[in-house]
Amino acid sequence: MNSDFMSLMAGVIHFFSQPMNWQGPGSIPAHIIEHVTYVLISTLIGAAIALPVGIGLGHSGRGGLMAINISNIGRAIPSFGVIILVFLLVGYGVIPVIVALVALAIPPMVTNSYVGMREVDPTVRQAAVALGMTGWQRLWQVELPIALPLIMAGVRTSAVQVMSTATLAAYVGLGGLGRYLIDGLAVRDLAQVLVGAILVAVLAVVTELLFAGLQKLITARGLQ
Amino acid sequence: MNWGWVASNTHQITAALLQHVQLVGLSLLFGFLIAFPLALLAVRWPRLYGPSLAVTGVMFTIPSLALFILLMPFTGLSMATSLIGLTLYTLLILFRNIVQGLRGVSPSVREAARALGYTRARRLFAVELPIALPVIVAGIRIAAVTIIGMVTVTALIGQGGLGQLFITGFTLSFTTPLIVGFVLSVALAVAVDLALVAVLYWLTPWQRGIR
Repeated sequence: MNSDFMSLMAGVIHFFSQPMNWQGPGSIPAHIIEHVTYVLISTLIGAAIALPVGIGLGHSGRGGLMAINISNIGRAIPSFGVIILVFLLVGYGVIPVIVALVALAIPPMVTNSYVGMREVDPTVRQAAVALGMTGWQRLWQVELPIALPLIMAGVRTSAVQVMSTATLAAYVGLGGLGRYLIDGLAVRDLAQVLVGAILVAVLAVVTELLFAGLQKLITARGLQ
Repeated sequence: MNWGWVASNTHQITAALLQHVQLVGLSLLFGFLIAFPLALLAVRWPRLYGPSLAVTGVMFTIPSLALFILLMPFTGLSMATSLIGLTLYTLLILFRNIVQGLRGVSPSVREAARALGYTRARRLFAVELPIALPVIVAGIRIAAVTIIGMVTVTALIGQGGLGQLFITGFTLSFTTPLIVGFVLSVALAVAVDLALVAVLYWLTPWQRGIR
């Protein structure tokens, strides 16, 4: 077992040290760009759908519990099944992957933006009303800035989950870092699998850190 | 939707569903058995909280597919591979919620129990845990629902419950098994979620009627 482990590590180092793995199509940078493209598109589409819903429901305070329950159940949607099902329905392309990843990205963002808006202190809301602010002004100038940290936490959770699930794209013939996992599994080349795992884990951690920094940057100074 | 396929494959479908339930149940059980003592330690010694959260958080970040494949040389194409991977995924959610629940117990309640002469263990089981229960159960709900979706990925390494139906559908280019697997998996999540809500309601009679 120990010598297996050593040869596995040697394989990983060998893979990373090959110049051909660093340039051209099918190389590490190319797979990373494909991977990040899937993630960016899906997270942005997901945010465009989820944030208005969560923020709107939180602002009005109506129908929220229902939305939260539906969105929690949305977590149970198996991304693996969605990818294959949409693949069989529309054929080869990025659509199956984007559909599955968008479905994965939506629930945490809906839940967090709703909770963030609901947790704004009622006395703050009342003060804004007493100042004569319109509903729209209260939303943009009072509630959103206060809710922003929680909303961003939702976006961050979604982005990290999408980042690690985008590996499934390789199962339906697309690119991204999942290629190393699926191809490595097919030929039992564990060094290749480990390379893929390391790269995705690093990307996920980088995403976490980027969002943590962004969150700090956009949080109103009075709330820090 | 081809109902004939469903009728002639009920055996395969039932077996896949049962394996799914088994994998989810066992990984939650093992996850709780690890997360609970860890959470107790982290509440007792707050310094342990940060590092424990970081370790369980990193495990949560590794893509499930990669983790399952990487466990294979050690545990092979067995149920253990799926179980270890799934258990690791439950840890972050369970650990965080148990700690949050226990920390949420108001100090005055804790002191009252102490003034009544409760030992540390009795205080934990008779006072703190019941108060923390709603937060802990909320964690179990999220973990359960997340794991129910994730089990399907383990089909790629041989033991995937309803995920087996996804692979069947993919190899046959046939949507019926996919729809069956999909519907059963979401239905299972709803059922488990509602069951946990019911258990919480039954375990916390003092919370009824309060909102």
